[in-house]
Amino acid sequence: MEIVEKVIGSNGLLFAFLFVGSVMYASFWISKHLFRKKLPGVALAVIAGLGLAFFGDKKGLADVPLFAGMALLGGSMLRDFAVVATAMGADLSKIRQAGLAGMVSLFAGVTLSFVLGVTMAVVLGYTDVVSLATIGAGACTYIVGPVTGTALGASSDVIAISIAAGVVKTIVTTVGTPLIAGRIGLDNPHAAVVFGGLLGTSSGVTAGLAATNPKLVPYGAITATFYTGLGCLLCPSLFYYVLQLIF
Amino acid sequence: MKIYGVALLAFCFLVGKLAGNLLGSWMGIEGDVGGVGFAMILLILLTAFMRRVSWLEDDTEKGILFWSAMYIPIVVAMAATQHVKAALSGGPVALLAGISATLAGFLLVPVLSRIGKQTEPNPPAS
Repeated sequence: MEIVEKVIGSNGLLFAFLFVGSVMYASFWISKHLFRKKLPGVALAVIAGLGLAFFGDKKGLADVPLFAGMALLGGSMLRDFAVVATAMGADLSKIRQAGLAGMVSLFAGVTLSFVLGVTMAVVLGYTDVVSLATIGAGACTYIVGPVTGTALGASSDVIAISIAAGVVKTIVTTVGTPLIAGRIGLDNPHAAVVFGGLLGTSSGVTAGLAATNPKLVPYGAITATFYTGLGCLLCPSLFYYVLQLIF
Repeated sequence: MKIYGVALLAFCFLVGKLAGNLLGSWMGIEGDVGGVGFAMILLILLTAFMRRVSWLEDDTEKGILFWSAMYIPIVVAMAATQHVKAALSGGPVALLAGISATLAGFLLVPVLSRIGKQTEPNPPAS
């Protein structure tokens, strides 16, 4: 047993390949035989992944020593590398055509998330501007929240809430996108560009689109990649000043 | 050779990330603004150019397509390494803020999709 652990421990990434491969195989099998493909295999696999993440804390399943390699396979380096590779199938003219809509959706997405986050915080009794801005920023993504909170000097429990808000957004986007895609017309590159700008959580957008229609992934990813930067720019500056004027 | 494709992909990735980080520091943010987007556009332009001058061999392309196909397993691994407990332990504020922001985003997709959309009927695809 010790030897098995040693071999897996020193070959974590390869064990992650094997493990994810098995999860995908099981998910596609269940999708085909139990759900008659009505629930896509990719969606099942992603949901299974989220479920497995409960076995750990900050790094999800990767906190379990045996599965430490999952952190490398699912980390931002390989994720971004693979997302860029999906651009091979993308049509530049469609991206160009959706450019304006993508920009508008980026600004609308960041502003709307911030306003809703602040509103919820006000409703639940927060009154100081720094906490409000931090929670509003967290509703953008789980990176914008702590960046804003740190810049404004928010308390650590408020920063933790802002991270949690961002993680909730990622998870709801991941699970909700395939369910709602048909109703919101998310079935073409143009809508995917807009979707990426509005939701902005790179993990949620790319996972949600992968579960909906993998062909749409590059179009959503191309706008989502600007979202966190834009949020980090606007939340601790312009949005914070506007909040100060209101409260 | 397939490694040429992987190398080309890595080149686009690094140049894009560099551009994103430069843009970030120029905007006064520590971090990457749009790096993945720049890398994607660079990859599309470079491969289109190479195809035109017939430098893009099948094997080179396969090196890129392999990573494109690895995308979904990577997403599954990413889902398994999320801090899901934080989502639940953040309390009602975190849940409400995250859920409302997501739903509002969903609902605006059909509204903003109208911007710049070609009016029906679409011209025949070229």
